Amino acid sequence: MSAAVEIGSPTRVQVPVQPVADCSHCGLPVPSARLEPLSKDQFCCDGCRSVFAILHSAGLADYYAQRDPNDAGAVVPQRSQRKFEELDEPAFRDRHCQAGPGGVLRSEFFVEGVHCSACVWLLERLPRVTPAVLEARYDLTRSVLQLAWDPSSAPLSEVARALDSLGYTPHPTHATSLAAEQRKGDRALLLRLGIAGAAAGNVMLMALALYSGKYAGMAAEYAEFFRYGSLAIATPAIFWAGNVFFRGGLAALRTRTPHMDLPVSLGLLAGYLGSAHNVLRGEGEVYFDSLCTLIFLLLVGRYLQRTHQRRSAKASDLLNALAPTTACLVEGESSREVPASALVAGSVIEIRVGERIAVDGVISQGRSALDTSLLTGESFPEEVSVGDRVHAGTTNLSAPLLVRVESVGGETRLGRLMHSVEATQRERAPIVRLADRVAGYFVLAILAVAALTLSIWWSLDASHAIDHTVALLVVTCPCALGMATPLAVSAALRAAARSGVLFKGGEFIEELARPGIIVFDKTGTLTEGRLALVAWSGDQTIQSHVRAAEATSGHPIARAFQRSLAESDLSCSERQEYPGGVIARVDGHDVLVGSQSFVRASLASLPLWAVTQAQAHAAAGRTPVLIALDGEVRAIAAFADTIRADAAASLKQLAELGFQFEVLSGDDQRVVDSVVRELGVPLLKATGGASPEAKLASITSLRASGQRVFMVGDGVNDAAGMAAANVGIAVHGGAEACLSAADVFTTRPGLETVALAALGSKRTMRVIRIGIGLSLAYNLLGIALAVTGRLDPLWAAVLMPLSSISVVTAALRARTFTGSATS
Amino acid sequence: MSIIFLILPVTLFLSAGAVIAFAWATRSGQFDDLETPAIRLLHEERACAKPAPGPPVSGPPPAV
Repeated sequence: MSAAVEIGSPTRVQVPVQPVADCSHCGLPVPSARLEPLSKDQFCCDGCRSVFAILHSAGLADYYAQRDPNDAGAVVPQRSQRKFEELDEPAFRDRHCQAGPGGVLRSEFFVEGVHCSACVWLLERLPRVTPAVLEARYDLTRSVLQLAWDPSSAPLSEVARALDSLGYTPHPTHATSLAAEQRKGDRALLLRLGIAGAAAGNVMLMALALYSGKYAGMAAEYAEFFRYGSLAIATPAIFWAGNVFFRGGLAALRTRTPHMDLPVSLGLLAGYLGSAHNVLRGEGEVYFDSLCTLIFLLLVGRYLQRTHQRRSAKASDLLNALAPTTACLVEGESSREVPASALVAGSVIEIRVGERIAVDGVISQGRSALDTSLLTGESFPEEVSVGDRVHAGTTNLSAPLLVRVESVGGETRLGRLMHSVEATQRERAPIVRLADRVAGYFVLAILAVAALTLSIWWSLDASHAIDHTVALLVVTCPCALGMATPLAVSAALRAAARSGVLFKGGEFIEELARPGIIVFDKTGTLTEGRLALVAWSGDQTIQSHVRAAEATSGHPIARAFQRSLAESDLSCSERQEYPGGVIARVDGHDVLVGSQSFVRASLASLPLWAVTQAQAHAAAGRTPVLIALDGEVRAIAAFADTIRADAAASLKQLAELGFQFEVLSGDDQRVVDSVVRELGVPLLKATGGASPEAKLASITSLRASGQRVFMVGDGVNDAAGMAAANVGIAVHGGAEACLSAADVFTTRPGLETVALAALGSKRTMRVIRIGIGLSLAYNLLGIALAVTGRLDPLWAAVLMPLSSISVVTAALRARTFTGSATS
Repeated sequence: MSIIFLILPVTLFLSAGAVIAFAWATRSGQFDDLETPAIRLLHEERACAKPAPGPPVSGPPPAV
């Protein structure tokens, strides 16, 4: 914006063209206009300069030495410039801070922008930048900075501003009770894992002695001693570490749903009781080593899946934390920043340009344009003035507004929508996983074979009948089957995350592997979600005037001009923005840029060519903008939300996988039709003008008709539909509310990742099937040995790990989400 | 060989100690964050050219 001024400034003349300097902070090239010939340190922007200064004055210049030289360098600091006054409210302190000894308070923040070890180093030296902070510890796994600070020496807002000035924007954490709950679960599982591992190792040593004794001979009292020893160790491992399986098995019985835990519990229980019985009566086989190893391996699978699922969940939590939580409350002449939850109906808040509105209310002063795309999917801004209703979640674009609050939080339209999302999610039937479906048949088959073995051996040799049946139940205990799915899923989750697809749970991989109908949102999903200049007719020479007039505005049309037209060196002396257009004085000319009605209101008449062209653009779903110079219409620019470059190719890929498509948009039907025409992919249906509630109804009725429905979207208006679909997919850049409703979200722009998600899911399911097939094959071998009475504990001890290892190898070596999306 | 009757309980006693230590470490959150400490280890504290104006990094280790 001020580049034009600086290029003309006298320093520019003295600067030699060579050498080009790199920014002393971030390492990016310094624009020539910013080069300072006499200085040792060069900066690409003011953000870098101020961070550099802060680091040096605090004696933290070592930051630059800590940085990985192969890394692209520090990220250019992006400061939110917020004042963080809401952190000083007593209500906030009560909720988010914990008191420690000596008046020290502890609080936690999500911190954005931490990407390397030097960032961690710098964050943990925050006490040198702000003496009020006594201690700072960063947790990379959770992206959380834990602070201990002294409230008597500085308010928390100052600490937050210090973090912000370094380029790490802090966000108060919420839902801490949930996080604590999860941490407790993680620790409990890890503890079980440790105990099962220790027991398995020790029992294995004794089993080894017993096996050797069996072949080489061993005095009876030693054998007896080892058998009692392994019973003593295996008992806590099976009933404490393994009680997750018993509990799961019981729940499966009670709800009559098949679950993997059922056959596992059966094998564990039969193996333990049979072995314990044999120890007590002093003869027969014992299987404690196999049972302990089984529990250990199964818990490893569970632990891995849990951690990988947590990573995706963490990313969505972090985004949740970024929702606007403050508002600028106006009281008489003064205004201050308060938490949005402190607002009541009737209070007046100021909404500055570019701000997201946090409440529902009525405009009491001001005229502006609102970006409502988040809520309605409408791509063009809505003009509003005094008396109009505004909704939470919309963004103010052109002028400050005063809004009288009517409802806040859960009472707003956004809040009610989110409430319906939650309700829909709660009611959704859980997905029965493939492994669990297999487990249902498996348990029946095993019980049948066990009964058969028992009855046959009872008639042949009653003294060994029980032993052979126990051996059968132990060897068929589906260790590999129970590991095949969790391991394949956790490997796939990790690979998917690396290629930009985050699944919130493994079950969604299974859902997405089978084709169905994909319902796409239009704005921001199929299209870029922002207006772009697509046609210009008339006088080309006035483009630089338009560019200068629109250089500083945040209006979507102005932004599109800024992106598409070359930077202008004309100066804009006067500029007034109205809803519908802008009037400016550029280079001695009056420039008028605006909608047809705005220009008509300002000029006496419009030329016929302009009117017909504007109508033609409007009919084709484009937004016409008229440009007049000194009272005469000279050109027409047309704007449209362009289709994503990879949309058509990605849809074709999905079609090859057997998916069908539908478009369901909140935008005008004409715009939807033109996008569909341009896309050139056959669709089942394309509907425009759908409200969020209509989207939900449409998805629900599709599902009721027995279809498998996937919803891909990016806005709050899609959230309810996503929650109702079999799988909801949020594309990159989606609204926070939409991400929390989605089951899958992508972290790279474009639709290619959606195609990759479907393809990768299909590949993952193939891996899971191979794993299940392998483990069933091992089980058949085990059954054959057990039924014929040839299976002794040594065979069981060899077969079990062997089957697990082959399944693990198959699961981990498979390429699922890696590589290109083309199969 | 009857030493085995003594050695086995001693071994079990030792492994019980290890399990208790593991339980303590898990409960006190030693395994909660497995990424940051690995990085923190590499940070060396060199003498700074300019001493810090504020109080040095102080306080007890975190009771996280």
